[in-house]
Amino acid sequence: MAISKEEVKYIANLARLGLAEAEVEHFREQLGSILGYIDKLKKVDVSKIIPMAHVLDIKNVYRQDTVLPSIDPQKVLQNAPSREGQFFKVPKVIE
Amino acid sequence: MEYEPVIGLEVHVQLKTKTKAFCGCANEFGSKENSNICPVCLGLPGSLPVLNSQVLVSAAKVALALNGTIRNFIKFDRKNYFYPDLPKNFQISQFDMPLSEHGYMDIKVDGQAKRIAIKRVHLEEDAGKLIHPEGTACSLVDFNRAGTPLLEIVSEPDLHSPEDAYVYLSDLKLALQYIGVSDCDMEKGSLRCDANISVRPVGQIKLGTKAELKNMNSFKAVRTALEFEFKRQVKSLEAGERIVQETRLWDEKKEATFSMRSKEEAHDYRYFPEPDLPPFTFTDADIKGIRKSLPELPKERLGRFVASFGFGEKDAAVLISDKELADFFEACLKIYNEPKKIANWLIGPVLSHLKSNLSFEALHLSPENLTKIISLVEDGTVSNLAGKSILAEVVETGKPPDTIVREKNLGQVSDVDELKKIIEEVAAVNMRSVDDYAAGKENALMFLVGQVMRKSGGKANPKIARDLLAERLKKT
Ligand SMILES: [Zn+2]
Repeated sequence: MAISKEEVKYIANLARLGLAEAEVEHFREQLGSILGYIDKLKKVDVSKIIPMAHVLDIKNVYRQDTVLPSIDPQKVLQNAPSREGQFFKVPKVIE
Repeated sequence: MEYEPVIGLEVHVQLKTKTKAFCGCANEFGSKENSNICPVCLGLPGSLPVLNSQVLVSAAKVALALNGTIRNFIKFDRKNYFYPDLPKNFQISQFDMPLSEHGYMDIKVDGQAKRIAIKRVHLEEDAGKLIHPEGTACSLVDFNRAGTPLLEIVSEPDLHSPEDAYVYLSDLKLALQYIGVSDCDMEKGSLRCDANISVRPVGQIKLGTKAELKNMNSFKAVRTALEFEFKRQVKSLEAGERIVQETRLWDEKKEATFSMRSKEEAHDYRYFPEPDLPPFTFTDADIKGIRKSLPELPKERLGRFVASFGFGEKDAAVLISDKELADFFEACLKIYNEPKKIANWLIGPVLSHLKSNLSFEALHLSPENLTKIISLVEDGTVSNLAGKSILAEVVETGKPPDTIVREKNLGQVSDVDELKKIIEEVAAVNMRSVDDYAAGKENALMFLVGQVMRKSGGKANPKIARDLLAERLKKT
């Protein structure tokens, strides 16, 4: 299935990826062939198969509601590009 | 043309667990910023979420209390979007297979019973908190709330007035408090509510275009915002305009809703199954067990109070309207088996103290204290009026009622000789009233009782004083 340049740009924007014009064409071709393969898969009759929710055959893995130590905020904040006190600081966002 | 509003509510409730949904960080309100964080809730590479078992149990309790079905097979999905309060750039939520569906809640609005269908109840994680300091070009992020468990409860558009919405919310909150899974404190954000509202001509079945209202900080605000929005939409339609599907923010100060007018790119969340969490299953026995563990719910308690104590529905509704109040009532009953008397004291004087200070603990009031005051009044040790001032004093100082009676010398004067002395004094200076009574004016007696009460500083036992007075006046 062919995919348009606009669709590639839309998807890149959703993933917050900046693509150069040449890359857009590059990925358009790659995504197009992936979707082509998906088209093939779509022809398989799966009407009697329950969609898989997880690749591993495991279920019901729980944790007890017991508090565990958190990590030292200073350790985390030292990786932050910007901070104020113990807050992470980001460019202003307001709805 | 007459229009009606069609309203659906989306309620988010924070579950009161000890830890977050998928990691062992404390789930705590008011900790220092970014002190309850770890690789899992920060979405650091290589970390894996593990579901808190209590979260699923609490959620299932709510779903069952709301009469919903519970899915036997549960999975989580990723909702993908970017925002600074969302460290992983996706939220773990539930998309096509919510925990529960087909629930409902029965409410009563102005005496009319209504069944409000609940479309779905699902689990998700909360985001962090953003602070926008004024006059700066930055926002500050606190991730303490990131990854804490949230329950989303979505009603069908079955609410047809702002009052319906208000009652639904109040009843929902009460049920959640009874189950004990959430504080439901809108001010602290542990309960949040968005509302969808459209209008249509009465009698029309097709729904109008809806607006989504956000930013209401109390149930009253939800009601007022809906009232405003209903009028706004009707006015628009009557002016021949079209309603735009949009999100509108409630401005509490201006008492109006305003369009967000953001670019509002169509949301494309690209949901897909969360690969880091396995599915979960509920057997029918599990569900039965959880149902059994449900406490008595507000409606059941109301029914029991009416049936066992002969209360009117209105009084019973007041008593059950706060779990703490209802529990307090039952604790009093164990000490002093006079349901009606206790109820009267609670609904009257105690509630008026509670209004300004909403907890019994803050009021220094224990079931022992209150029942003591009631019995002091009932056995005639103090007057009804003095009883109320003892209550006020207990609330103020926390002193035991007995001590207050002694210190303030509030004991009622029931001693016949002492009362007779006061009556003679009163009769001597109120000869006219004495004559009036002799002439058949019954009112004069009440006046004289009043004078005796006054002279005794409010301490005369009014019943005995009245009897003694009547006897004394007969003689003249
Ligand atoms: Zn954590």
